[in-house]
Amino acid sequence: MSIHIRNVTKHFGTFAALDDVSLDVADGSLLALLGPSGSGKTTLLRIIAGLEHPDSGSIEEDGADITDLHARSREVGFVFQHYALFRHMSVFENVAFGLRVRKTPDAQVRSRVEELLRLVRLEGLGGRKPSQLSGGQRQRVALARALAIRPKILLLDEPFGALDAKVRVELRQWLRRLHDEIGMTSVFVTHDQEEAFELADRVVVMNHGRIEQEGTPDEVFDQPATPFVMDFLGNVNVYHGRVENGRAFWHGIPIDYPDYPHAQARDARVYLRPHELELSLAAEARRRPENSLAASVVRVSRSGAVTRVACRPHGSDVELHVDVPADTARGWTLEPGTNVAITPRRARVFLPGPEYVI
Amino acid sequence: MSTDASRPIAALLIAAAVAIVGVLIVVPLVAVFAEALAPGVAAWWRALTDDPDTRHAIWLSLTVAPVAVAINTVFGVAAAWLVARFRFPGRSLLISFFDVPFSVSPVVAGLALVLIFGRQGLLGPTLAWLDWKVIFSWPGLVLATTFVTLPLVVRELIPVMEAIGPDEEMAAVSLGANGWQVFWRVTLPNIRWALLHGIVLANARAMGEFGAVYVVSGHIAGATDTMPLRVEKLFQEYRQPASMAVASVLAGLALVTLVAKFVIEHRLATEARDLERARSADGTTHDATLEAA
Repeated sequence: MSIHIRNVTKHFGTFAALDDVSLDVADGSLLALLGPSGSGKTTLLRIIAGLEHPDSGSIEEDGADITDLHARSREVGFVFQHYALFRHMSVFENVAFGLRVRKTPDAQVRSRVEELLRLVRLEGLGGRKPSQLSGGQRQRVALARALAIRPKILLLDEPFGALDAKVRVELRQWLRRLHDEIGMTSVFVTHDQEEAFELADRVVVMNHGRIEQEGTPDEVFDQPATPFVMDFLGNVNVYHGRVENGRAFWHGIPIDYPDYPHAQARDARVYLRPHELELSLAAEARRRPENSLAASVVRVSRSGAVTRVACRPHGSDVELHVDVPADTARGWTLEPGTNVAITPRRARVFLPGPEYVI
Repeated sequence: MSTDASRPIAALLIAAAVAIVGVLIVVPLVAVFAEALAPGVAAWWRALTDDPDTRHAIWLSLTVAPVAVAINTVFGVAAAWLVARFRFPGRSLLISFFDVPFSVSPVVAGLALVLIFGRQGLLGPTLAWLDWKVIFSWPGLVLATTFVTLPLVVRELIPVMEAIGPDEEMAAVSLGANGWQVFWRVTLPNIRWALLHGIVLANARAMGEFGAVYVVSGHIAGATDTMPLRVEKLFQEYRQPASMAVASVLAGLALVTLVAKFVIEHRLATEARDLERARSADGTTHDATLEAA
């Protein structure tokens, strides 16, 4: 079932939770709504479920307008952030709820619930109360309950937010496999970019009630459309430089930027991810590589596959973060004060436009 | 926290509390029962049952209070739901209005009812034309009792409904439940102990109400006298043993209420703990079942 969101706006008082948002979700895809809190991602999810009504705009499912369809008639499975399990009911009755309110015959309820408890690997726990389960188990009860009514769409609000790191990663992989098996159109909300990128086919980055960028995880990561996306996806070096004649200048070092061929210089922000900077030891490179920046090491943290180095360019007080593959850095003596050379490999340049707000 | 210096102060405060509770609550309560039962259980029973006016007063209290409590329950659930689930202009003002019966003297409440429903009152001519009697009659007693007990159920429910939050109800809706199904299967089971608590308190207050009922009843023996009014009338007529017998029934009801309250509050505390546990990010238990997957 495909979902089409057209020009949806939603205000809470004077706060614009969603500002003219349009989005298409393809049939069978797994889409992540990614953004900081207050970006409108949960509101959008609730509007798709019918739990909120948009001020203007429309929602379509497979071309049929469902904007005014009541939540109980939408046949949407919704997994709440804190699961919202019915506390006074057993796990079995929680999963059975959607079938019971539809007056499904008892035998059918029994077989369906048992099938679902098997699917979420909770066989034998049907008699427990939600309070007797671990966080991960509750999460799966919430999922089974949502799936019981055979929804056309599955919506998940911060599905792993309340779980600890290890359970989170396990559940994530398990949910991805489950989605591939069932093939239901699914949308989930998260503020964790790693979660969005690992799980989703498509990622929608939201900020201030608007969509900043939509695309595959690779597209969003490699070609961030806005400074916000660049910033939000984490760990980036920002430099207030300038552009002129098809080049951007980063600490005085020119980087090709054909998008701005004009001779008149303009202020610009230059963004480089830590792995897009190359670091070499100044002692090794007697003659510093051309177009490199002389700097000295401030801090080194060797953590797993990458060694994170914080450096300060000579004569500057900004701190640059550089990721060096651990294999490369193994033989090096890197300690505070060591002189190094930094070469930019790749950069993104954003010119301040009229809508440039950070 | 019990340092050596604080121990004598703590002991002193505890002693003071025990003394106050003893003098103001325990001793008078015991005195009522002792006085009522002094002539013997048989005499006590006769004092309650031989006089038709006393019998009627007991019967009247046992009918007025449940009706008032029932009205309160319906109103309380609806009002608490409105206030806990919706934000609208005037919401906090409305919540303050729920408390008016606590701050207004019951006598004033009774007088207000007479002003509206009495023969010379606002609705007097209409009621006369319909031939409905409210003041000096059973409906007036119910109205007055409902008024003074109004805050008890709704006040009990608002914090509980706010603590539970709307998520379970929304989950029920998204699973296809209609309004009634949400209420009976999700909302009511979640608030049942708080509701029962409110009902018990409202019932105790309804049984014991004197001031408002005194004004609207016209204290007609055998017609509009409730138990508390009967106690007063017997006392004024120097029929102390009979007065004490009825008073002991009221006091007995209070003791039953106390026990019920104790049990219910225990349940409420358990539920609050469960809610807390359900909310806490209890993801630390390792999911062995998933590893096998």
